[in-house]
Amino acid sequence: MRLQAQGVELAYDRTVIAKDLTLNIPDGKVSVLIGPNGSGKSTALRALARLLPPTKGSVVLDGKSIQDTPTKEVARLLAILPQVLVTPESISVEDLVWFGRHPHRTSLKVPSEADKEAVEWALKVTSTAELRHQHVDQLSGGQRQRVWIALCLAQGTDLILLDEPTTYLDVAYQLEVLDLLHQLNQEQGKTVAMVLHDFNMAAEYADHVFVMKSGSLVTQGPPEDVFTCDIIRDVFGVESKVVPHPVSGKPMCIPLRAGLLERANLAVATG
Amino acid sequence: MTSTAIVAQHIRRTSLARRHPAILMGSLGVLAVVLSFYGLSVGATEVPVADVLRALVGDTSTQASRIVIDFQLPRVLLCWLVGIALAVSGAVMQGVIRNPLAAPDIIGVTKGAGFAGMLLLLAIPTLPVVAVVPAAFVGGLLAAAMVYVFAYRRGATPVRIALVGIAVSAAFEAGIRFLLVRNPLDVSAALIWLTGSLFGRSMTSVLQILPWVLVLVPLIIVWARKLDVLGLGDDLASGLGEPVERTRRVLLFFAVALAAAAVAVSGTIGFVGLIAPHMARRVFGGKHIASIPAAALFGVLLMLIADMLGRGLAPPLEIPAGLVTAVVGGPYFLYLLVKTGK
Repeated sequence: MRLQAQGVELAYDRTVIAKDLTLNIPDGKVSVLIGPNGSGKSTALRALARLLPPTKGSVVLDGKSIQDTPTKEVARLLAILPQVLVTPESISVEDLVWFGRHPHRTSLKVPSEADKEAVEWALKVTSTAELRHQHVDQLSGGQRQRVWIALCLAQGTDLILLDEPTTYLDVAYQLEVLDLLHQLNQEQGKTVAMVLHDFNMAAEYADHVFVMKSGSLVTQGPPEDVFTCDIIRDVFGVESKVVPHPVSGKPMCIPLRAGLLERANLAVATG
Repeated sequence: MTSTAIVAQHIRRTSLARRHPAILMGSLGVLAVVLSFYGLSVGATEVPVADVLRALVGDTSTQASRIVIDFQLPRVLLCWLVGIALAVSGAVMQGVIRNPLAAPDIIGVTKGAGFAGMLLLLAIPTLPVVAVVPAAFVGGLLAAAMVYVFAYRRGATPVRIALVGIAVSAAFEAGIRFLLVRNPLDVSAALIWLTGSLFGRSMTSVLQILPWVLVLVPLIIVWARKLDVLGLGDDLASGLGEPVERTRRVLLFFAVALAAAAVAVSGTIGFVGLIAPHMARRVFGGKHIASIPAAALFGVLLMLIADMLGRGLAPPLEIPAGLVTAVVGGPYFLYLLVKTGK
């Protein structure tokens, strides 16, 4: 596995967020980190992307400690889409995607053919080529997120990390973004690792799920194994019913409001 | 979005400046050159343009041409250099701090330089203004370094730099006022310097600021794309392979050195570093490769106009250029605040 966090301790200032956390990101798969607010999933993703140096342990990329690798070299191997994105004032789609070539360019050199090809390819696979001259701030939420993903793709890395790429998006746009990531994984063989909030979306799209709670890994595996009533109760503190998705067959967790559990148990007992 | 907003945006996007930036940039440059010639010919005594030209090609036989070379030329050159230094410094600070209200005045440079300069002027009242320059320069750098150190906590985030900058500026402002109150009889020379004026400067002042502008401005333009990348936020900029903290520190140092050099030779000329970059962004867009040279030109124009107004409004009395920019800049700053507050 190319990207691994090996027994890392993660902290902001003196507040320790995670202790002795080990995450091995499976190559060529879609992995999802999930957990309640404050479980450390975004922090873990930031550490995997070299944005947060671990206070103990190390993150290893291609067998080398990521902290000891220059940031520019890391950026040629791994792309990260943070949760909070700052759109520069009145910038066009094409200009924004060009930022993805930054790790491959030096200050005085003019863009190479390879740079141009990478940008064109990124625009094409994200279906944003026809938006290229539009201003990013005029796009819909889903279109805008596709443009940001195009920026990451233009980096030309096999590894793509995304921190809650669907938060604040309407459900149609959530599917638009996750379908795109799924397609990139299937057709381009990209390794995708992302933080998601919604366990049903995670179950639907993930090959591998990391479930986190207060800074440690509770369990990991394919969604069929990790999404059980017990784990949902333990991690999210809610009672739920887990049923197979009527179409995809993936596990679906339906949270139960107070009182419903007793009724469900009663139905089981009498039925 | 309302339809008028869409139309406005369309006009802005397809405006001449965006389509042909070189043409507009060239026109601004020509305007600055024309104003400079005008600046050479007006002064305490009017010099005909023919004499100005004669003086510039090296004919110093007439008294008029001596005036041009000794008094007017350094002054116009300083307008250029100080305008460029302040505007480029402001553009870099606004880019690095990611706040359109950032400027040399806010990060402590201006007040730090002012305090150090005043301290020296009051300690040795017979000192010529030229000798104040190194002290003010060091004062400006020290104040900015103080801001950075106080703001630093595993990296110095833009918000913290801005807040600490305001606090440090206020402390130095208090220091300046204390000096003014303590030494009410000796302050007049210091006060004129403090207000920001290009009166009575010689070629020595020009040479004191010239190297900074010649070296730092091209370096900053080469690094323009790094500034663009910093604008994407710390996380994404790091993700794109930019060593954010180091780049920010180097760029801030460049900006601070430029501002300190400008304040040292001209005193505290406010608002140019705030307004020029803002005008440049509005006309030429947010890409620093275009907006930084444009800011430099706007800075030059503002300085030339402020200096000319200062000389021409109530002759023979000179109104310091710093006062003119403050009178014009104050309302513009308010307008900016109202606009960004929305």
